Parts: sequence; structure tokens; C-alpha cells
Amino acid sequence: MAKNYKRPESLVDVATHYCAGCGHGILHRIVAEVIDELGVREKTIAIAPVGCAVSAYDYWQFDCAEAAHGRALAVATAIKRVQPDKVVFTYQGDGDLAAIGTAETIHAANRGENLTVIFVNNAVYGMTGGQMAPTTLADQKTATTPAGRDVKKEGFPLKISEMLVLLDGVYSVERTSLSTPAGVLVTKKAIKGAFENQIQGKGFSIVEVLSMCPTYWDKSPADSARWIEEVLSQYFKLGKLK
Amino acid sequence: MKRKILISGNEAMGEAAIRAGCRFYAGYPITPQNELTAYMANAFQKAGGIFIQPESELAAISMVYGASASGVRAMTSSSSPGISLKQEGISYISGAHIPAVIINVMRAGPGLGNIWPAQSDYFQAVKGGGHGDYHMIVLAPGSVQESFDLTKLAFDLADKYRIASMILSDGILGQIMEALEFDDESKPPQPPEKPWALTGAKDRKPNIVRSLSMKRDEVEKNNLLLQKKYRRIESAEVRFEASGLKDAALAVVAYGSMSRIAKSAVESLRKQGKKVGIFRPITLWPFPKKQLEKLSGKTKKILVVEMSCGQMVEDVRLAAAKSATVGFYGRSGGGIPTEKQVTREILKMLAQKR
Amino acid sequence: MAKIKINKKRCKGCQLCIVYCPKKNIKVAKDLNELGIFPAEIHAEEECTGCGICFLMCPDVCIEIEGE
Repeated sequence: MAKNYKRPESLVDVATHYCAGCGHGILHRIVAEVIDELGVREKTIAIAPVGCAVSAYDYWQFDCAEAAHGRALAVATAIKRVQPDKVVFTYQGDGDLAAIGTAETIHAANRGENLTVIFVNNAVYGMTGGQMAPTTLADQKTATTPAGRDVKKEGFPLKISEMLVLLDGVYSVERTSLSTPAGVLVTKKAIKGAFENQIQGKGFSIVEVLSMCPTYWDKSPADSARWIEEVLSQYFKLGKLK
Repeated sequence: MKRKILISGNEAMGEAAIRAGCRFYAGYPITPQNELTAYMANAFQKAGGIFIQPESELAAISMVYGASASGVRAMTSSSSPGISLKQEGISYISGAHIPAVIINVMRAGPGLGNIWPAQSDYFQAVKGGGHGDYHMIVLAPGSVQESFDLTKLAFDLADKYRIASMILSDGILGQIMEALEFDDESKPPQPPEKPWALTGAKDRKPNIVRSLSMKRDEVEKNNLLLQKKYRRIESAEVRFEASGLKDAALAVVAYGSMSRIAKSAVESLRKQGKKVGIFRPITLWPFPKKQLEKLSGKTKKILVVEMSCGQMVEDVRLAAAKSATVGFYGRSGGGIPTEKQVTREILKMLAQKR
Repeated sequence: MAKIKINKKRCKGCQLCIVYCPKKNIKVAKDLNELGIFPAEIHAEEECTGCGICFLMCPDVCIEIEGE
């Protein structure tokens, strides 16, 4: 007997600004599904990043704060400390969380803030036109590494999730991908777990989600998904890291 | 029950925050305001406040943004270099129309400068150190008592106008200890309803605290809204102190700890029969423009004295230079104009023809 | 037999549903939509098993499926 598949209540019925095949759309739906399934919409407060998902609040039916670029986890820390009974999560891109916001990320994690962090890794800066991100792979061409990222000059793709595993304050770290139907289901399970951790007061839970960016990978959506399978997830290994 | 204690300016501002019902404080160590952060870690937390020492001043201002977005009174404090790091956050707070109290215990700059007192962050505070057209209410205490009173006022004004309010103190006022009188049993005032706060969309539409909009005219509309708010504040919230100006041939204009030194010079010259007075702005924004313009109608010589290379003097000139000569004397980088030097400058200006 | 609906107006033509449908039962429509792209379209409604894979992969929630 087939299940019903329909738009989750917490997801506003409106067209999004995301490009065709962008992973954000799938992930926004997953977050809304999880919030509905946990029945916490009226207690949820999201913190949106600066990046493609800067206006995520146009798509979710719960309270949301916009944070300065990189500062989402500082904003979230305060909101959660002031309202420990609320479900507080940040939704951040790789630039927001692992470039300008690195200090906020490491210190919120190290303080073991009881927060859920959704970290969208698409290996480029989308909103601003496809520049190199901290997670851009070696030799990957971007607007600011036209000849490909040169590790001798631009350093290596940053394994921020692996770094966070080392911090005692961190409760769970998982990396998943949106590149296949199975990956989408695993992503949903991981995100639901990360929210449940917070609700049970377990502490800092982060899910890094490898996400397609067809526009700035210069690939079709399907080829972008394949690129995650064959290349991106070979460097950023999927699975439960902590 | 009235209490009187001996306390430093920094700690007095901490006590004031507790009594104003502040619920959240984030502060990063920097001299000369460390006693305030320590006070919040101790007395404020004992009083049930939420205290965080974050990884940086710019994390601290974003935490204040988050706490305030949750509808509680929130504060951060720092000194000049740290305040520079908070400017982007202050611009966001302003664009999102949320209240916040920020304390700057000014020190010598630019750069790392030193920990000695200065007033060289005036422009940054009143002209807006971050991006975009915005203002903070900027209050300049002249004593430990006033540091206490203006901090409480800062919370009330922040909530009243949904704006960032800054206390512009300095290394002298932060460190000196003076008598402080306050009502021991005073309960924090009931802050106004904050239906816009992020408390979970229960029985209401979701709230969004933001300053961005992708719709073409919305950010312009937000600016018009902000400007309307600033006009309202300018008409209602100007505060200043003036003495000896009725028959004054020369008025000294100075604020904060500099105004105390200037007052000594003015008072001793008064005793010698010199017609001098002093005008002390307490709100640096909204600046007492009208009052200074009126003053310049009858007092033809105005001497601005600052612990900087001349910043407030520009605003005094804008208000008064049409009808009065506005002179300036200042020392920066930790140099503090002495009473003797201020007296010398007053006499020099009095002697000038025009 | 599941009933599948594709919101052709909102489809951005990413074709992830087409690639991942195990029955290869979704195809590119012949006529352009308002966005000026060829949206996805169900090939044979009765063939659809309602597995929901297309729903999982659709970034714009253009597909809704009602089970029996």
C-alpha cells in the first residue's frame, strides 16, 4: 500500500528562489517534515545564515532569526540559553559555518550548547556567484580558483566535522548526502536524531549534508548528484563520526 | 530603603543592569572594563542572570542580538577595540529594530593604543560605526552615580524605541570609585510587551527578526521607518546639564570625565569674576543642537574640550558656529587636558577680539 | 494504485525525478510552463507504484502522491 507523500505543514506552499536541482529545496522539506513529525513547530526557532539560504524564513512556518554572516551559532547560543525549552537550530552553509563563522562554530560546540546544527556543504559559495568555499576540493574550479583550487596556495578542503568530533562538548556529528533517494532518507533520519538529541538535552548535535549545486558545479542536477557520489563524498566521508 | 555604597564606575553599571532587569550578558575581556565583566560573572549570575564569556566581542554582540530577539533585556560591554568589532552586529541590531545596551569604556586609540582613558570613539558612537544609516542613543555619564542612572535609562530607552543604546564611559569613569546611592528595594520595571519576539509561533503567525529583504522597496521603507524613529527620539530624549551660562561671555562644552576637569577650571575662573559657564551634553545622540544654537545667540565664544583630537567639536560647530566662535582644545592617546591647560585656553579665548 | 500529481507550474525542470524513478515512468513534457522550461510529466499513471522516490528527490515539492 503506497504511503501519502505531500508537502509538510511546516513548509510554506510557495515557489523557492533556489536553482533547479539545488539541494536546499530537499533539505528545507526534510527539516519541515522532522519538525512536524516531532510536533514541535510552535516551539521551534531557526537561525538562518547568510548565503543561499538567507531567506529560509520565507519557506518555514516557525519563528526565525537572521544572523550576520558566520554568527548564527552565537545568536543560537543566546536564544537557547534564554529559552532552554525551545527547539533551536541553525541552518548554515559551508562559508557561514566553516569560513567566517569558524570561531563561533568551534566555541558553541566546545561549550556543548544544546543545539541542532544543519550544515549544508555544497563546496562553493552559491549566493555570491560560485566562489571557493572552505570545503572546495583540491583542483575544483570556482570563480575564485579558475585554474582549480591549489592546495599550496588555498589550503586543503576543511574537515570541520572531523575537527568538531575532538571536542568533548559535542554529542553527535554525522555526515550524510542528498545525492540519492537512500541518502535523502538517511539525511532525514540523522536530522531527526539531531533534533531528538536536543529535545532530550543531550547537547551539541551537527549534521553535515553534502548538497548539489548544479549552477556553480557547472553540471546538470543528476550529474551533480553523481559528482557527490563519486568525488565529494570520497573526501568528505559519509557516516556517523560521533 | 536608600543605600549608599562606594563602588567603581564599571561595577556600578553592572549593578544598574541587574536592577534594570537585564537577563542576558555576554562580555569578552578587555581593559579598562574588566571589572564590569567580572561583576556580571559574579553578582549578575547570582541574581539569576545568564552570563557568557564568548570567543570574541563580535560573538558577544551577536549573542545580545539573539537574547534580545528572544524578548529579554540584554547587554554587552567592552572598550574601544572591542567596540570596533561589534559595529557590524550593532548595524544588524539597528536594522532589525531590536533593543540592546552596549557599554563602551573608552581607551586610547587608534589601534591597540593603550588602556588610558580617551574620548576618541565619539564619531564611531554617534555617527554610526557600522554600515547603513542608523543611530544609537548614546549616553555620556560624568560620574559613578550617573553611570548607574544612565545604564538603567539605557535599558528603558532601548525598549521604548527598540534601539541600541550605548553608554559612552571611559577609563577614568570606569575605574574611579565614588559614592553611589540607590533604592535597595527597587524592582526592575515591567518591560513592554514584545509581540515581535521569537518565542515560538504558538497561536500566532511566525515572527522573523531580520534586516534583509529581497523585495526592492522594503529596505528603503525600513530606512524611512528608522528615520521617523530617530526624529521622535531627537524631539523627546535630549539631555544636558548647563551652569553659569546666563551671563557667560564664554561657554565651555565638554562631556563625561572631561567635563569634570573643565568644570573645575570654570568654577575657579568664576570666582575670579570671569564670565564663564559650562554646557555638558549627556545625550551625545540625540545631540543638544537646539540648546547649543540658542546658547550661541548670546554667548559669542564657545570652547570645546575633549580627550580626542576634535570630534564633538564638529557637532558643536554645526549647531553654533553661525553666531559664535567655536574654539577647540583637546589631547588624545591617553593625554588628559589638565585644569591648568583648560584655564589657559579659556583665558586665551576670552582675550581674543572675536 | 497510487495517484501521483505533478505541479507543472512550479517544476524547474531539474529532472531528478526522471533520473531516479525506478519505473522510468516520468518524462519531459512537450509544452513549456510559465517559467519557460519543459516540466516533468507522468508517463503512465497506472504504472506508478507510489514508491515516492520522485517525491524524495524533488527539491521543489512539485510531486504529491496519494496512496490507496
